[in-house]
Amino acid sequence: MTIHLSIVLFLPLATGLLGAFLPRGMARWAVLAGTVAVLLYTVALLVDFDAGGGVQYVTDDEWIPDLGIRYQLGIDGLNLFMVALTAIAWVPCTLVAAFRQHDRPKLFFFNLALAETAVLGAFLAQDLALFIVFFDLMLIPFYFMIGGWGTGDRVRATTKFVIYTLAGSLLMMAAAIALGVLSTPDGGEISFSLAELQQRSVSEGTQQWIVLLFALAFFVKAPLFPLHGWVPETYRSSPIVTIALLGGVLSKVGVYGFLRIVLPIMPEGSQHWQELFIIIAVFSILYGSILAFSQDNVRLVVAYSSIAQMGFIVLGIFALEDKGAQGAVFQMLNHGLVVVPLFLIVGVIAARASGSESLSELGGMAFRAPVLATLFLIVAFATLAMPGSGNFVGEVLVLFGTFEDKLVYGLVASAGVVLTAIYMIRVFGGTMHNPPGADVESSEIDGLHLAAIAPLVAVIVALGVYPNFVVHRTEKATTASIQEAHGVGEQVATR
Amino acid sequence: MTLPLAEIQAPDIDYKALSPLMATIGGSIVVLMVGLLRGRLVQTVLVPALTALSLLTAIGLTIWIWEPGVQQPIIEGSLTMDALALGVAVLVYVAGLVCVALSLRAVAAREAGHGEYHSMLLGSITGMVVLAASSDLITLFVGIELLSIPLYVLCASELHRRTSLEAGLKYLVIGSVGSATLLYGLALLYGATGAMQFDAIASAISSDEVSLTDPLLLTGIGLIATGLAFKASVAPFHQWTPDVYQGAPTPITTFMAVATKAAAFGVALRLFDGALGLSQLEWGPALAALAAATIVIGNVGALTQRSLKRLLAWSSVAQAGYLMAGVVVGSTLGLQATVFYLAVYLVMNVAAFAVVIARERVSERGDDLSSLENLGQTQPWLAWPMTIAMLSLAGVPATAGFIGKFYLIDAAVAGDYAWLGIVIVVGAVVSFAYYLRVVAVMWMGGYEVELPTIPPRQVKPVSGWSPEADLSAQPEVAAIAIAFAAATILFGVWPDPLFDAARDIGTALSGLR
Repeated sequence: MTIHLSIVLFLPLATGLLGAFLPRGMARWAVLAGTVAVLLYTVALLVDFDAGGGVQYVTDDEWIPDLGIRYQLGIDGLNLFMVALTAIAWVPCTLVAAFRQHDRPKLFFFNLALAETAVLGAFLAQDLALFIVFFDLMLIPFYFMIGGWGTGDRVRATTKFVIYTLAGSLLMMAAAIALGVLSTPDGGEISFSLAELQQRSVSEGTQQWIVLLFALAFFVKAPLFPLHGWVPETYRSSPIVTIALLGGVLSKVGVYGFLRIVLPIMPEGSQHWQELFIIIAVFSILYGSILAFSQDNVRLVVAYSSIAQMGFIVLGIFALEDKGAQGAVFQMLNHGLVVVPLFLIVGVIAARASGSESLSELGGMAFRAPVLATLFLIVAFATLAMPGSGNFVGEVLVLFGTFEDKLVYGLVASAGVVLTAIYMIRVFGGTMHNPPGADVESSEIDGLHLAAIAPLVAVIVALGVYPNFVVHRTEKATTASIQEAHGVGEQVATR
Repeated sequence: MTLPLAEIQAPDIDYKALSPLMATIGGSIVVLMVGLLRGRLVQTVLVPALTALSLLTAIGLTIWIWEPGVQQPIIEGSLTMDALALGVAVLVYVAGLVCVALSLRAVAAREAGHGEYHSMLLGSITGMVVLAASSDLITLFVGIELLSIPLYVLCASELHRRTSLEAGLKYLVIGSVGSATLLYGLALLYGATGAMQFDAIASAISSDEVSLTDPLLLTGIGLIATGLAFKASVAPFHQWTPDVYQGAPTPITTFMAVATKAAAFGVALRLFDGALGLSQLEWGPALAALAAATIVIGNVGALTQRSLKRLLAWSSVAQAGYLMAGVVVGSTLGLQATVFYLAVYLVMNVAAFAVVIARERVSERGDDLSSLENLGQTQPWLAWPMTIAMLSLAGVPATAGFIGKFYLIDAAVAGDYAWLGIVIVVGAVVSFAYYLRVVAVMWMGGYEVELPTIPPRQVKPVSGWSPEADLSAQPEVAAIAIAFAAATILFGVWPDPLFDAARDIGTALSGLR
């Protein structure tokens, strides 16, 4: 079976453009159809994927030969499930959005579609410059969605979000160009192809600052402490659908960049900053957990818990051990899969409390909404890494990887696992149990949200039962990604 | 047959290579004459049509004589019609065509007289092409004066508006200072090298005749750089830019912003990178510092503006800084990147200015930021071009501005100016704050701009105050906005044609790194 990644990539955008020329009410259905089609295509991809092979379904064409930029797409174990996550996450979010009244619906759904194309592009790109094109492009639809359809001081929030993120990603662009230029051998042609860059090399000193600038971009995107300044305002002002995608999917692009670009191409540079990045990761785990614990707004609890979770993922990656990296890759998928339903559930809860998302005004919903409570409970358990969930497997792998060489950090990070349990139970209790708040009118989850959330929960459960489906497919690529950096570490240790 | 007169030989003139210049000079004279005829039809239709015809002819002739590679100077070494000159010329002609179209309903052309207005426009265009093609110090100066003097007048062509006159006067005074500085620099350069023609200067510098640390030479280069910096609005010689851009009739502002810059950078590339062999001199870092300062000053200056024209003026200062980076590195890559960016800069700025003009004519807020309020809902056909232009100026992927910046940073890093690449990036980050504010005003309604209010202005509506009527009353403005916004996206996704031209232009100067 031939699978064309270009179709996967540009289908959403095409439906978004198509929607712009359809009558007002039709745009949403066009885009929804597009996301479903991408999901179906991705399922075919998952079935067809060869776990033993390298980069597959490669598309490789010239784009801008003068700058050495190629239109290069491909799938391997690293991005297979990231693409799947994107495809899975967009369907329920578009579905929920489609049944809500929007002003200017064409524009909203165009942005939603453009966002999916941009995210898919960033995951699929096998050329550094192409990755950056999509990485920066992602921001624009989110800028419009938050600024146009958000609440509160949304313009300020969205501007802050864009500038914060761009400061990182434009510096990364400069670093990437430097990498391309400096790695060009004398008389050779400049190239940004990742496979080509891996063959070439730049000096260790250069690698160090380039890695630092890449890390800046990825840490802002993730976000990690102390580069999370945009988080509270943005999360508070965003439409719930947007924020589900932002927290669930976009945050993964950054950490994915470490595995795809930084570690394989600049192993010495990565090794150099290993300690620093691990410290940042551990700080993020603790800081995120503590803040999540002290928030009153349910959204922000989830937002800060994401910081902690992203900390776990980065910890796993920079442990530079096979197990840790595999755990990180698995956890990237798991976290995305729990955050999207969590935010959608927050939306459902808020709708039953006259829009309030404050824990002190919520409570007592479970009695009249057992299905909602059950779904929430499963997702909450998955988030706090209950044994039997995929997150448990992911976090254990991350911690094992860390224990091998960085025992102390591993132990500190373990404290984060405990904190997660505390704040998730607090949120669940605060919304579902406790005495009901004054404005709470509990009712069972409606069919629309059930249709959006239940399949996600099913996937979470399935991954908990059969994690090997993922681990088996990602193993090879993940090991290859950290191999060199790991090797450099070994050399340093023996010296 | 030998007559005594044969001692004096008239220079051999290559009329083929000169033909684009003759098209615009001839056009300028014809338009001036035709403008003397009375009649509404002659004034408002025939004159602009003849101007456009002259420019189209010039574009056609330019394409006809287009030839990559190093070209021999014509007319005893005073002009070099190579790909660099012709590339800049095409940009200038396109800017001229845009200006003609945007002036169709402008007050300025009516008040100054259509014939004079268009004739001066063509004169200025000729000056720009002469400047970009000059390979001799004298031609350079002639070009810069031929460019400037009509522009001084054009800036003041809205006779009954005080700010227009003020802009004209301001530009005249400051421009004259710039020209004088430049002239002094040219004289010193001649004194140091003993040569007028660029190739003679180049060989004098590369041989041991002239010491590279000769104070005369260095002062001369410094003064020339200052003079050109005035024209290209490079900091710290940019102060006139916001005032003049705001005061001048907007079609003229559009033309000035894109065409003057193209011509000034064209000659800067030829003089600094070609003749003076910048890479060999110690001047690179000094100019790089100037570029960095320009980027910072331009972007910071734009942050607090609420007049769109002033905002675009400050943004053009910042863009001049980006362009400088391409000159500073003194490499073929830098040359190509600069020319590429000039083209991109033209496309995106024209789209933005066209929208400003369209709004300015109908909104009582003039060119204030708030004149764009909720444009996304009322007039998406104007809001989209403006959005695309702003995003492209900021450098968002899938627009031409992104590739332009990418190319410039590429050139900077390859030329050992990685830090300048970082400065460009930092400038771009700052610029998002003001470009996105324009976008927010259009699409994210109810957004208050926190600056003092301005008194509403009395405007004569072009039409009947409804968005649809406004649009259909000046279709050419909307068409230009849409066409250039479309080009911005097109070149962002498929930049090959621009790269092909840039590659040709890259071969025009020899001796680059």
